[in-house]
Amino acid sequence: MSDTVLYALEAALNGLTVGIMYSLVALGFVLIFKASGIFNFAQGVMALFAALTLVGFQTGQVPFSHLINAAFGTSIHNFGWTMPTLLAIPATIAVMVGFAWLVERIVLKHLVNQAPIILFMATIGLAYFLEGLGDIMWGAEVKPLNVGLPQGMSRWVDETTFNLFGYGFFVDVLSLWALAIAAVLVTALVIFSQYTKQGRALRAVADDHQAALSVGISLRFIWVLTWSIAGLVALVAGIMWGSKSGVQFSLSLIALKALPVLILGGFTSIPGAIVGGLLIGVGEKLFDFFMQPVIGGATENWFAYMLALAFLLFRPQGLFGEKIIERV
Amino acid sequence: MLDSTEGYVTADGRQIGGVVMELKNITLRFGGVEAIKNISFDIRKGEIRAIIGPNGAGKSSMLNVISGFYNPQEGDVIYKGYKRPRMRPYQVARMGIARTFQNIALFEGMSVLDNIMTGRMNLMKSGFFSQAMWWGSAAREEAEHREKVEKVIDFLEIQPIRKTPVSRLPYGLKKRVELARALAAEPQILLLDEPMAGMNVEEKEDMSRFVLDVNDEFGTTIVLIEHDMGVVMDLSDRVVVMDYGKKIGDGTPDEVRNNQAVIDAYLGVAHE
Repeated sequence: MSDTVLYALEAALNGLTVGIMYSLVALGFVLIFKASGIFNFAQGVMALFAALTLVGFQTGQVPFSHLINAAFGTSIHNFGWTMPTLLAIPATIAVMVGFAWLVERIVLKHLVNQAPIILFMATIGLAYFLEGLGDIMWGAEVKPLNVGLPQGMSRWVDETTFNLFGYGFFVDVLSLWALAIAAVLVTALVIFSQYTKQGRALRAVADDHQAALSVGISLRFIWVLTWSIAGLVALVAGIMWGSKSGVQFSLSLIALKALPVLILGGFTSIPGAIVGGLLIGVGEKLFDFFMQPVIGGATENWFAYMLALAFLLFRPQGLFGEKIIERV
Repeated sequence: MLDSTEGYVTADGRQIGGVVMELKNITLRFGGVEAIKNISFDIRKGEIRAIIGPNGAGKSSMLNVISGFYNPQEGDVIYKGYKRPRMRPYQVARMGIARTFQNIALFEGMSVLDNIMTGRMNLMKSGFFSQAMWWGSAAREEAEHREKVEKVIDFLEIQPIRKTPVSRLPYGLKKRVELARALAAEPQILLLDEPMAGMNVEEKEDMSRFVLDVNDEFGTTIVLIEHDMGVVMDLSDRVVVMDYGKKIGDGTPDEVRNNQAVIDAYLGVAHE
């Protein structure tokens, strides 16, 4: 095989692994959108907040330490202990569930029966609030996150491809883990939504509020449940991104990359979020690979959005979205 | 006037029980508009109770009061001898009151089977965590409920469309699926809001038969709103007549038919 083909293959493979990271964020959007018809702008920030909280717990950081120190003239930053990851993750999940409960209590409850755009605006507010809260609670510096996932080049991929093509591909092990984790997450979500009582209730609420009430489903419980699951997915996304590039506030910008993913995959499809993420990841890398000599680098910054624009023009419902047909 | 515990025997010889639900001096307002004005009536175990009246009489509002979608400003709903506090619709549903809607409220994206399964939501014991933890018992419970649902499906003769997404069904079948979902909940009281609206004669006959069969087979107490006078008079044991939010008649179909106030308000000119 010629070198160009091999390099392109390697680029595509790396694209897949980056793409799955986009998918993880996009998944959270799809979940909430499917269950409540809300486009949750705060999903990216939720991933950031979850990662910050996780690191905070792991390293025994004192929440609001800057605030406390400023108010009382103290100088505390750490509890002086570290929490094992296996304990820190459930603790973070508990925080995200608490957050879901608060969102329902303070925001959603008062916006029942409002137009989707109103709810969307509310989530924008929520995004900024949560970003600020994360800053005050845990500080704004970049923090390394280590949950024990392996990092660096995958020897296995390197050796296999070397034996096959005489050229070893460079693939990050972490990305392979991301693939596996995404697969497990999606399988679990599908089983939950298709085969359990609460999953069915969740789909019911997404479909028709009145009908859901009439069969005895509590909307409020389902909303807390939905936002908790979105928080869980955000945590997974936060862990993966945090492990890759450290927990930093630019993480919330990934949310923007999730938008083209959603436009490609369709806002209502879980498989769509996965495939959309992969397509954007691969597309981005390949486009960069082939076009860099012609138009220069940094195409990764805008390629996804151009692709999304093309999709909006020709297939607005996305690859897997439900086509909206109006009967007249 | 009947005693609240004593039953009566219908014209076709069915034994009706005591009072299941009593509505006492219900008044419902929307802003300045009084949709229901001081209405009282009772519903007895095993009977088919109709609420009729011209458009805008407040029939649907009455049904919404019973099902908890509206909470009346005045008056009490007494269910099984206890005064019902202010409740949300899902709580009322959990007390064994199932309903259908005038404009069909089904889960359009879900299959017929899934729709009917949601009807059993209240009867499923496994909670969220036990379902996550004890997969086996949850699966067993799911299978049991599935069996009951299949019975309802057989009963309403909708086997061929079990797996069809609801959005693809014609109107008449949607109505039947909605009835199936309500029935799957094994309700104490079944509320039907215009079950035959927009149907052709054949579909109406089918639906009437199902309503009677449900009542006969399961002894379900049924409260229904219907416009078609022929249907109402055939189906129901007792009829409440409403006009402009007030109750103007209450009794057996024959009594109501001969009530002058009802004839004036609802039937218009008597067809003699």
